[in-house]
Parts: sequence; structure tokens; C-alpha cells
Amino acid sequence: MARIDLDLAHSYKANPREDADYALLPLQMTFEDGGAYALLGPSGCGKTTMLNVISGLLAPSQGTVKFDGRDMTHATPQERNIAQVFQFPVIYDTMTVAENLAFPLRNRKMPEDQIKKRVGQIAEMLEMSGQLNQRAAGLAADAKQKISLGRGLVRPDVSAVLFDEPLTVIDPHLKWQLRRKLKQIHHELKLTLIYVTHDQVEALTFAQQVVVMTRGRAVQIGSADALFERPQHTFVGHFIGSPGMNFMPARATGDVLDIAGHTLPMPAGRELPAGDYKLGIRPEYVTLAVSGAAGAVPASVVRVQDIGTHLMLTATVGEGAVKVRLHSGATAPQAGDTAWLQLLGAHTCFYKNEELIA
Amino acid sequence: MSTTTKPVNQKAWLLVLPVIICVAFSAILPLMTVVNYSVQDIISPERRVFVGTEWFAAVMRDEDLHAALWRQLTFSFAVLAVEIPLGIALALSMPAQGWRASAVLVLVALSLLIPWNVVGTIWQIYGRADIGLLGMALQKMGFDYSYTGNALHAWITVLVMDIWHWTPLVALLCYAGLRSIPDAYYQAARIDGASKFAVFRYIQLPKMRGVLMIAVLLRFMDSFMIYTEPFVLTGGGPGNATTFLSQYLTQKAVGQFDLGPAAAFSLIYFLIILLLCFILYNWMQRVGTATKENTGE
Repeated sequence: MARIDLDLAHSYKANPREDADYALLPLQMTFEDGGAYALLGPSGCGKTTMLNVISGLLAPSQGTVKFDGRDMTHATPQERNIAQVFQFPVIYDTMTVAENLAFPLRNRKMPEDQIKKRVGQIAEMLEMSGQLNQRAAGLAADAKQKISLGRGLVRPDVSAVLFDEPLTVIDPHLKWQLRRKLKQIHHELKLTLIYVTHDQVEALTFAQQVVVMTRGRAVQIGSADALFERPQHTFVGHFIGSPGMNFMPARATGDVLDIAGHTLPMPAGRELPAGDYKLGIRPEYVTLAVSGAAGAVPASVVRVQDIGTHLMLTATVGEGAVKVRLHSGATAPQAGDTAWLQLLGAHTCFYKNEELIA
Repeated sequence: MSTTTKPVNQKAWLLVLPVIICVAFSAILPLMTVVNYSVQDIISPERRVFVGTEWFAAVMRDEDLHAALWRQLTFSFAVLAVEIPLGIALALSMPAQGWRASAVLVLVALSLLIPWNVVGTIWQIYGRADIGLLGMALQKMGFDYSYTGNALHAWITVLVMDIWHWTPLVALLCYAGLRSIPDAYYQAARIDGASKFAVFRYIQLPKMRGVLMIAVLLRFMDSFMIYTEPFVLTGGGPGNATTFLSQYLTQKAVGQFDLGPAAAFSLIYFLIILLLCFILYNWMQRVGTATKENTGE
């Protein structure tokens, strides 16, 4: 177990000139010992690169990787004592389930009786005790991936266990089970877990701290709550949540805000220097107001969808679209109506150059 | 009435017909001609006598044939024993990508492009003690090497020639097998702390099983039918040292024009290859699954 400090950048090109040449832009980050982390972002954002840099499969082109303060930048995965689980199941075809699980331990010359105990324990956790003597090659994809997970978790003394989208090949209902299993295992084994995914639900339910990445940049590190309430970057607001945050241009002058041609008083307790901003508000926090209410803007309703637990209202304010999440019981306006929306409140965020200002 | 209610009709046979005709002309008819000869004694084009299984019985008792068969089996298994491990080793040491990979591939495949009789001629000159590089070098080193005079030397020369000619095929097949292993396996093995040998034993070898099976069967069948190279190199000699089955058969059929025994023997030859391939195939299938079952205990 170890605390992992990253202070690095990585480019697959020899002479990176612009930001686009980097797979990972310069970043500083610390993974605390025993924490459960998720790296979240769309495909190609640098998550897997970061994971491979941590595991030692890849050496960063600049900077250092430190484990408990020791420089491990050029150390092999063995020297770092890292375990990693890959996107697609990797199993040793000629071995049984038990031998697959024991393989990392046997390679490290652990005494046979301890191996047996540990394999039994891990198999128990993964509910594979009954299959220990089966050939691994004959199993279904999800069972194979469970073996891969097991091989990642079997070593008791690892610095960290890294997961690279490990549940991609798993059926949805099993995904839930395995995710809960992993959380439980994290609780029991107190290992440092770093989990890469592009699925926000997976990241937010699994991890204590989520690192949101886009285009080689870690734009925010925080708890699920922080990512939802105060996205540090418009990308986070857009990527987290379903649907994502609403954004629209707003201009501040003194103590008034100009939104799509409507002048509104600045919400209480907020101060913004004069200038152009991007206003961001989650669909959950937009409320309907009575016609002409102070601080509300009129919007023309485009569509109202019933999504079971709630209603999703789509409307346009000026040029831009706004999504509003309403309770099922609410009296919803019809398509074509004009609705008054309250956009300003405690949950409203203001961005300049995509970064959170207030 | 049943023909009208049947949901199937027999027109589909028309589609298979061209294939049947092709196969008939290419395989079945020639084979049947051989069967025809094998049960008759052709005395002259006008006179022939039906002799039943007499030729088969005679061929089975032929001492020369037994000797040729043993020679052949030893040779084929020696070929497999050397070419398969050597081909795997070659494939493992070939570069995986970049221009080096292309260059090495071309270089390795070179010997496969040379016609059989040219291979024989190359080695015939190469091994000569008076003008050949190999022969002269061996002579200078103090070996009294002569593939025309010494039976063992001749046998080994034919074997080395076959290894030189065909190991690249095994290497290329294994190379293809190796390249199809996803990177994640190697990465996982590194993470699991596997040694180089463990990677070979538990990842590369199991993943190469399919291509290895093809390589073994191809090399076995081909070496079992070897004819041209020893014909050019040694002509079957010295004595009978390199008279393999094909050579023997040709001597019978073409040299002595003993069509009956030659035909009977051809059929036996064919069945031997069929049988051995069947055994090899099943054995290799079993090896693959048996290791899994054994370890399952």
C-alpha cells in the first residue's frame, strides 16, 4: 500500500509542441493510501494513459511518479507492486480458476499453504468457490472477467489495484453486483483502488474521489457531491448528470445580469466583476415561476417528456435550450406555451473561459 | 403425392454437381484407376488377369519396402522434432513490428520460394567436397564428409536440407499465431510477475496451438511424401540410405513398370498418411485439452 504522487505529462510524440500533442497535459495529483478513486472521462481523454503511467507499463515523457515519496518513474510494474485489471478478460487458458488466481502469488514464491488460503478467500468474495477446479477457458465472459478481477485483488500487499474499465464486457445486472462487490472488497481489504471508466454512474457510486478528465487534462477532482453541485469546469457540468448542466451566456454589469435580453437582479450574496460569463445551472435546480415573477425569464416550451420518475421539460431561452427536471406531480406547461423559469439561485454557477468563477 | 407435399426438392443437387464433377476428375477417377491396377496383373495392353489381393499381400511382405517405410518414419519424425521447436524459437525471436519485421519476414520466407529440384541442386553443389562451400569447409575441419559415399552423411544432409527449406514455414505460421495475441495478455503477465518462460508456457504456447497443429500436419504430410530433393541430391543412395517411400514407389512404377504392385503400394501409402495424420491430429487435440483436465485435479 502506498500513497501515489503524480507530477508529470505524457506525449506519445517525440516533440510535443501544442496541447493537442499531449495524451496527458502537465498535472499534479495525489492518490491517498487506501482510497477508492475513479478516473472518469470520454474515450480518448487520457484515462488509460494515466493508468498505464501509474502501473509502470508506460513511462511518462516528463515528470515523476512517486510511491510513498520514492521515485518510481522508471520502475517496472513488479517493482511498484501494482495489480491491474484490463478491459477485456485476460485468463490463462490452460489453467483452472484456482491456478489462475494463484498465478501472481506463485510467481512471487508465496508459500503454497498461504496461496491456498488467499485464493479461497478471494474466490469466496467473488462467489466463485464452486468453480475453483474448473478450466478457466470454458467459462463465460463475465466469469472470466471475475477471474481477472480476482487476480488483481489476490495479492495482499499491493501498492494499488488499477481497473481499466473492467465491467465493459459484463451484463448490466451483473455489473451492479460486481460494483457493489468491489466496494465491499475495498472496505474489507483496504487497498488503494483506481478505477477507470467512462460511465459516470459507475464512477460516482464506486469512488470516494472522482477525477474527471477531458483531452488529457484532469479538470476536477472531487466527491460525487462536489462534481454535481460545483463543477469546476463546464466540461464537468456537461459530462456529469443526465442530462448535463444547462449553459447560457450572461453579462454582468454592476448588480444586474443580462440573460438573453432580460435584465435580472444579481442573486443575493453573489458578486461578479463586470463582463461576459457563462451561466450554468443543473436541470434539477431550475424551477418554474409565475408569469412575470422577479428574477425569472420567459421561455418557450419545446417539449415535455414523461420519464417515469419525473418530467423533462425542454424550452428555449433566447437562442439556447434549457432542460428542466420537474416532479411528476407538477402541473407542466404544454409544448408551445411560454413558461417562466427561475435560473438564478444558490446553485447557479458562473464560468469564465470554461472555469468556475463564482 | 408425397413429392408434392415435401418442402424440399432435389434441385439443390444441381448446385453441387459441378464440384462433384471436378472432384471426380481430379481425385476420384485417378484414384479408381489405381485401384483398378492394384487388383490386376497387366501382362500386355491386351492381356490382363484379375489377381485379387495378391499384389497387396506381396507388397506387405516386401523387405525393401519395410526398410523404406522405417527410413521414412524416422525421417519424418526427425523433421518434426527439429523443425517445430526451431520454428517456434525463430518466430519468438523475430521482431514484432517496424521495418525490421518486414525485412525479416522476407528473408525468412526466401527459402520457401525456391522450387524443390532447385533446392536439391543447391545442396548438391553446396555439399560437394571439391567445389561446395559446406563440403569443403567440413573437409578442411577434418570431417571426412561425403554425402555420396557415406549413408549417414547422406541421410543427415537430406534432413538438414529439409530443415533449411521448410523451417521458415513453421516459423511464419507461429509468427502469425504470436501476432494474434492481444497486448493485454503480455501486460497482464507483467503485472502478475510472470517469468519469460511462464509467458511462453501459459500464454504463447496455448495461443499457438491452432497454428502449431497445422504446422505439424503440413510438415508431416510433406516430409512423408518427400521425393524431389533426395532424388536430385542423392538419387536415393548411397545404397538405399535415402530411398524414401516415394523414391521406392517411383522405382517400382516407372523404373521397373511393375504397375500392379506399385498401384497396391500407392494405396497403402495413401492410407498410411491418412492414418498417421488422423492419429497426429487427434493426439494434438487431446494434448491441448488434456493439460487443462490434468491441471484440473
